[in-house]
Amino acid sequence: MSPEILAIIVSYATPLVFAVIGETITEKAGVVNLSLDGSMLLSAMTGFVIGYMTGSLYLAVIAAASIGSIMALTIAFSSIVFRLNQIAVGIVLTLLGTKLAAFLGQDFVRKPGPYVQNLPIPVLEDIPYIGTIIFNQNIMVYSSYLLIIFTFWFIFYTKAGLNLQAIGERPEASFSRGLQVNKLRYLYTGIGGALVGIGGASFSLDVKLGWSDGHVVNFGWISLAIVIFGGWHPIRAAFGCYFFAFLQVFALKLQPILPRLSQVLPIMPFPLMIITLLLINYKTVQNFADKYQFIGNLIKGRAPSAIGTSFWRQ
Amino acid sequence: MIKIDLNIIYYVAALFVAIILVSILLLLFNVPIFETYKLLIIGSVGSIDKLGDTLMIWVPLTLASTSLIMTFKAGLWNIGVEGQIVAGAVATSFVARELHAPTPVLLSAMLIASVLGGALWGGLVGVLKIKGGVNEIFGGLGLDFVATGMIVYLVIGPWSRKGIASTGGTEPFQSTAWFPTLEGMRLSPLSIVIGVVVLIIVIFIFSKTSFGVKLKATGLNPLAAYRLGIPTSRYLFSAFLIGGGIAGLAGLTQAASMHHRLVPAISGGYGFLGILVVLLSGFRPALILPITFLFSMISMGSVQWQLRLGLHSSFGGVFQGILVMTVILLTGYQLYRRRQLNFKSDRNK
Repeated sequence: MSPEILAIIVSYATPLVFAVIGETITEKAGVVNLSLDGSMLLSAMTGFVIGYMTGSLYLAVIAAASIGSIMALTIAFSSIVFRLNQIAVGIVLTLLGTKLAAFLGQDFVRKPGPYVQNLPIPVLEDIPYIGTIIFNQNIMVYSSYLLIIFTFWFIFYTKAGLNLQAIGERPEASFSRGLQVNKLRYLYTGIGGALVGIGGASFSLDVKLGWSDGHVVNFGWISLAIVIFGGWHPIRAAFGCYFFAFLQVFALKLQPILPRLSQVLPIMPFPLMIITLLLINYKTVQNFADKYQFIGNLIKGRAPSAIGTSFWRQ
Repeated sequence: MIKIDLNIIYYVAALFVAIILVSILLLLFNVPIFETYKLLIIGSVGSIDKLGDTLMIWVPLTLASTSLIMTFKAGLWNIGVEGQIVAGAVATSFVARELHAPTPVLLSAMLIASVLGGALWGGLVGVLKIKGGVNEIFGGLGLDFVATGMIVYLVIGPWSRKGIASTGGTEPFQSTAWFPTLEGMRLSPLSIVIGVVVLIIVIFIFSKTSFGVKLKATGLNPLAAYRLGIPTSRYLFSAFLIGGGIAGLAGLTQAASMHHRLVPAISGGYGFLGILVVLLSGFRPALILPITFLFSMISMGSVQWQLRLGLHSSFGGVFQGILVMTVILLTGYQLYRRRQLNFKSDRNK
């Protein structure tokens, strides 16, 4: 496969990387943001419209991140203060976000607007093969690499990261250890939502320029599937994003030869998600994973224990 | 289960807040407010024809909502109804394409096929949940998309129109497979009968049968229900099967009475819209009828809004979304207030 095609795959995966890492962080804290599809549409629209009106990409990305954050915080607030079901609020926000994006963005459909410029990194881009794939991209793509590495380091190798895991696994125990569970949940849900919003913006400003109805083509739902496929682990999740982008681009290339298969390939993350969930719960696989640590770590993965629940002091 | 015990005052208040929010949105877009609400009424129930069209939306939405209430009552977050509608429609189309028989025989066969198709897809979510430990939210979501993949494959592949491989849809069914309609209207009495009968049966199940009571008990507290001797797994599985079968019927009405062929968007989004209906009803089967009727009116009204006012077609959905969001948040606020009051009265004792 030529490096040019691989470069397209890397760039195509970028919105997914942002959304999937964002959702992984949120879910690690014990909150499910099911509104991803609506959030991404609304933030993709907002990002494009703000960019179109102001001409500033920074403002566009900030606006998109704020929208993603507001959607996510609505879920956190409803769960923490009102003790409403996160899934219920998430589903309603998905539908509301989808329709609101179509309605508010109606005057901006298929208009040419600003986009993120390519920014090859000097010296590094001259590395044969790899240079073209990884270092001849734009700032969004570079940020997504850093995000993957940073999140991995943060979750597993810092004290704050351990606390993040703790509030998603054992909120009561964390509370008695002195962690402010609900404040931290607001924080990480907000950050996760902002990343989802940036994912939406990178869609309309980079991968599929502009705005149209249903612009993000189910990427929100796909992100939710990849979070599980990735076993709530940032690097595995990122691998899932690149794998899915590969399938998508492969499907496009396949279109002239095998039109039927190419239409069906985009749903691949969903059966994979179900298989992952089956494997996680399958005794033999669990035992196997415990026995052979190295391979085990690749297939193991478990949802945070307190995911989707509200926490309050008794 | 998540019981939403909503005070009537909060319902009315929520409706008002929603209408105010929608009106503000209309003001921002320079749309005449009064005209909008007038068109909503005229466009949906203003004439017999319009009422007929509204009822044709009402049927699949009601079927999807009753299907959802079967599983929600059992404490299951079923978002797999879209897929079950698709499965029902695919099964219907298979019979409509392959079986050549007089209309009554053919329609009965299609009805049975749609129920089986939907129940198969719903049962799959159930098996994944009960035997495989796959949460029904993600099992259902995954199978929604698998069903969509299947329908796209069928429409451009084996069932494609002669010479054209497009995602537009299959050839129309043979005319004997169409639901008979009233003279000069799109309204099909058979669809209405299916919708009403299913709704009555489900209301009956939950109010009069021990199956319904045990299912509710399973939803409220599965562990306690199990210890009291209810075979909870079997009850959950039946909820998935029955719910799936009902959703399959929605697929039947979509294929045989709405589109008369298989199209990729056959589900019409009713599986998701139904979730809003069920949340708005606070999981009370008797409230399904008025809410689905209101939602069908809004969906029909938005056609008029687009024609007469140039409003974007998504506005009906915005209206429905804002309505449900305000009700849910006000419900949460009501519960929050109640806890605060209890907390204070406990302290004063």
